[in-house]
Amino acid sequence: MTTLDAPTEGGLRWAVRDSLVLAGRNLRHTTRQPELLFFATVQPIIFVLLFRFVFGGAIATPGLSYVNFLMAGIFVQTTAFASTNTGVGLADDLSKGIVDRFRALPMARYAVLAGRTLGDLARIVFVVLVMTAVGFAVGLRPSSALGLLGAIGLTSLFGFAFSWISAWIGLRAGSVETANLAGFVWLFPLTFASSAFVPLDSMPGWLQGFARATPVTPTVDAVRGLLNDGLPVQRPLLTSLAWIVGLTAVFSVLAVRTYRRIT
Amino acid sequence: MPDAVVVEGLVKSFGGTRALDGVSLSVPEGTVLGVLGPNGAGKTTTVRVLTTLLRPDEGRAEVLGIDVLREPDRLRRVIGLAGQYAAVDEKLTGRENLVLVGRLYHLPKAEVRARADALLERFDLTDAAGRVVRTYSGGMRRRLDLAASLLNRPRVLFLDEPTTGLDPRSRLGLWEVIEDLVRDGTTLLLTTQYLEEADRLADRIAVVDRGRVIAEGTSDSLKDSAGGSVVVVRPVDPSALDRTAAVLAELGSGQPVRAGDELTLPATGGLSLVIRSAQALEQAGIEISELGLRRPTLDDVFLQLTGHAAEDPPAEDPPGGNAAPVPAGRRP
Repeated sequence: MTTLDAPTEGGLRWAVRDSLVLAGRNLRHTTRQPELLFFATVQPIIFVLLFRFVFGGAIATPGLSYVNFLMAGIFVQTTAFASTNTGVGLADDLSKGIVDRFRALPMARYAVLAGRTLGDLARIVFVVLVMTAVGFAVGLRPSSALGLLGAIGLTSLFGFAFSWISAWIGLRAGSVETANLAGFVWLFPLTFASSAFVPLDSMPGWLQGFARATPVTPTVDAVRGLLNDGLPVQRPLLTSLAWIVGLTAVFSVLAVRTYRRIT
Repeated sequence: MPDAVVVEGLVKSFGGTRALDGVSLSVPEGTVLGVLGPNGAGKTTTVRVLTTLLRPDEGRAEVLGIDVLREPDRLRRVIGLAGQYAAVDEKLTGRENLVLVGRLYHLPKAEVRARADALLERFDLTDAAGRVVRTYSGGMRRRLDLAASLLNRPRVLFLDEPTTGLDPRSRLGLWEVIEDLVRDGTTLLLTTQYLEEADRLADRIAVVDRGRVIAEGTSDSLKDSAGGSVVVVRPVDPSALDRTAAVLAELGSGQPVRAGDELTLPATGGLSLVIRSAQALEQAGIEISELGLRRPTLDDVFLQLTGHAAEDPPAEDPPGGNAAPVPAGRRP
């Protein structure tokens, strides 16, 4: 019987590698359940069609076609919704005993969390790409390819930050069902009460105040600016990046602490 | 033989309940210790401490000379754990599960593949290796779980109720696999609530109840300690059990213990106790459907030690509650 034939663990290199191995596991899950990915993209597609063809005519967006206005909001809302998958996945792992298996291995402990959020980042990028294609189909015409790439990148980072919020919620939820509900409900008011679907100045003053105070509005504004030349970019972009860094920092620490407490 | 596992005075409380109340045991290298006890006795909690999943409040544990609390990472490399619930990924295939675990052991890719294939072959899972685990039967999942715990070729293996919930055929199959491992020299600590399982697999048995080890020895020595033999009495009418017990208690051979519809009594007097029992019961007018003398089974040992049957829930709430210290949302 061989004994210590495994390289020593610890160190950043192994932590990164373990996280990537688990991210690969996460992605494999996605390929095993194509129906989940299907419905994760059908819902935003329905939103695109509804807003583009049902509500769009009634929403005034001076200087910009509604579809070019709308897609920034769709991008951000879709990634926020897609990020809920992280918490549900973690709650599922916790309910199955597989986390015990991981914890009994000489692997980096928090790779379980990082593997989830990294794997989900890949899913988020995929969903944003699908939404881009849908956007083109209904008339989206970004001003530049570089702007479009920037929009996709920023939206994906935003989704990554929200994945950490979702991770924290999922770890605290106690069950897959609770994780699903708790991860989702608050995203509805948060994403609708923003500049995602209607211009802010069409809302009552108090609601505008709320909308400006969330990370959603600056991110939508930045994405919209990246897609459409002539709109302000720099300020919302910096505000959005600050939110993304801040949320990732705060909620990754909270998630790690919760994970340590419950396992 | 040096001890592969040494446990001294483990104490662990959850809330106000003491799941472990001073557990001490040892497993000599290359042998099998069966930890036998009812639900909530502290079996799972003990295994979780020994496999670095749980920190005890008090006490000390060493596996292969490695302090469980001080060097958990070093320990994780040389032990294997198969828990009460098959800790496998349902959405991955059997082979993918093993490869995942192997890579998290930081083994080289080619080595992982070779070991995974060998284990699949050994556990009769080669045909199912490419199938998603969700489609596996309970027995196949347990075999895969056991295979996953062997990827690092552990010198000490912990099996927590490896056959609970399996049908008799799968149980028998798993027993054969475990016996193979032991033949190869693996030290094994096995928890079980099945006496038959402990009897068949274990060299020594530690009986635990309410967070303590209440007896330890070989299957034979435990049976001897229960008295050379026991008298078994089964009244025709189960409602007469209390009256029957009272009559038997009068005989001066200790307290009768009830299990289902029968009573057992340590038979220090051998055959004469059977005769005296028969006479006393006839005088009391209790009709008997079975009366005899037999060598104690582990069941009898367990009954005498704890006052309740091993496979039944304990008579009252044990201090440990359900021993699995699971966070909210996890199955108990």
